[in-house]
Amino acid sequence: MLMMRVFKKPQKWSVYYKQIIFEIDNIGISSLPIVAIISIFMGGIITIQSAFSISNPLLPLYVLGFTARESIILEFSPTIVCLILAGKVGSNIASEIGAMRITEQIDALEIMGINSAGYLIFPKIIAAIIIFPILIAISMFLGILGGYIMGVSAGACSSYQYIYGIQTYFEPNKLYYSFTKVVVFAFIITSIASYFGYNTSGGALEVGKSSTKAVVYSSVLILLFGLILTNIFLNH
Amino acid sequence: MIEIKNINKTFGDRHVVKDVSFKFLPSKTNLVIGESGCGKTTILKLMVGLHQLDSGSVLFDGLDFPKLNQDDQQDIRKKIGMLFQGGALFDSQTLEENVRFPLDMFTDLSMNEKLDRVNFCLNRVQLVGKNRLFPAELSGGMKKRAALARAIANNPHYLFCDEPNSGLDPKTAIVIDELIKDITHEYNITTIIVSHDMNSVIEIGDNILFIHKGENYWTGNKSEILHTTNKELFNFVYAGEFMKSVFKVQNK
Repeated sequence: MLMMRVFKKPQKWSVYYKQIIFEIDNIGISSLPIVAIISIFMGGIITIQSAFSISNPLLPLYVLGFTARESIILEFSPTIVCLILAGKVGSNIASEIGAMRITEQIDALEIMGINSAGYLIFPKIIAAIIIFPILIAISMFLGILGGYIMGVSAGACSSYQYIYGIQTYFEPNKLYYSFTKVVVFAFIITSIASYFGYNTSGGALEVGKSSTKAVVYSSVLILLFGLILTNIFLNH
Repeated sequence: MIEIKNINKTFGDRHVVKDVSFKFLPSKTNLVIGESGCGKTTILKLMVGLHQLDSGSVLFDGLDFPKLNQDDQQDIRKKIGMLFQGGALFDSQTLEENVRFPLDMFTDLSMNEKLDRVNFCLNRVQLVGKNRLFPAELSGGMKKRAALARAIANNPHYLFCDEPNSGLDPKTAIVIDELIKDITHEYNITTIIVSHDMNSVIEIGDNILFIHKGENYWTGNKSEILHTTNKELFNFVYAGEFMKSVFKVQNK
């Protein structure tokens, strides 16, 4: 029911367009620092852990670049970073909309004749679907770069070996799989958080509870849909 | 004109509004008064569709609002301005953006025309030059006045006010009352105010509905209310020491 109201024809496109731009900045650009920091460090950790685990001298060291790329593109950036975004963005959306609910700001929108669900939630969903893939692409790049910096500086492999490894056996279809996951996760995070925020009733305590529920439910759904999409795309 | 006919509302096993009927007169300040928890805010929310009626009708110029489809309800709501108890200003927007919001959504005015209208409304509620302030930077009285400016920005036909004086000092409360009364008469708005403030009743009570335990107990105007013989209304009106002294003077 809520989603039917969210995707009802916008009452004024120019206002919605401005809101989408605002939300791209609010939920996307503001998440860039945390995504960047985590990606660089995780890329480095994946590479060093891989080097530590490879004890067989028959395995070539370019495997480190290959492993880092596969881990980051297939799972770390699309799933783990989206789980982190579920915490940051999901709680932010649920608490923002929840606070608007308990302070009658949503009622004020309704009284003005505005479709409050559409006005508040639609721009967030569209903004997330636009900006999350860009954030994840940046995360992938920085994760692989982090692996390079840490791997080479720790002496785990040479620069040539790492770069050769990240180019080896590259299948572009895997990017299609990863970005499909990201779009689905973007929708899950924003819609679940909006749902719990929009249906908040009571006071500040309930806003906190809505925020927590939003993070828990969207995290579980991210893992569930991650599994479903992996089965669809990679289970030949 | 707005008319409610035999409206009922229950929450669980609590019958909050019991078969209330009343006609709210155009170009008048219509007051719904009663003790806290008597159901007056629920009546207001039932009228604007924020709560669903169990039974009865709410007629806006003859149109039964709850029975209209969502689009037609939205068309009527575009003619409504509402002043909420806490102001309900949008926290993330400046005062100017708050007042401009209904104009952005529902008019094709140029930015200059919208700003002229915003400044006119802010001037009308004595908030000139406060355009760039955020709601968090405003006092309680300023928030109410800002909310009133937003409510009148799009030239409403109906103005609903939920406890416009709650939490305000007596002087500021009178300013808000005067503003609502002047705006009602200037723009021929049908104004409905929920209040338990006797000062408001005496100041602006053109047409009054007294609610007691969810029921319509008395109707009249500010002159009649002071001479009421209705026991429950008498106890409500003369509950405070000030009103008791007024009663003593009247009966000397």
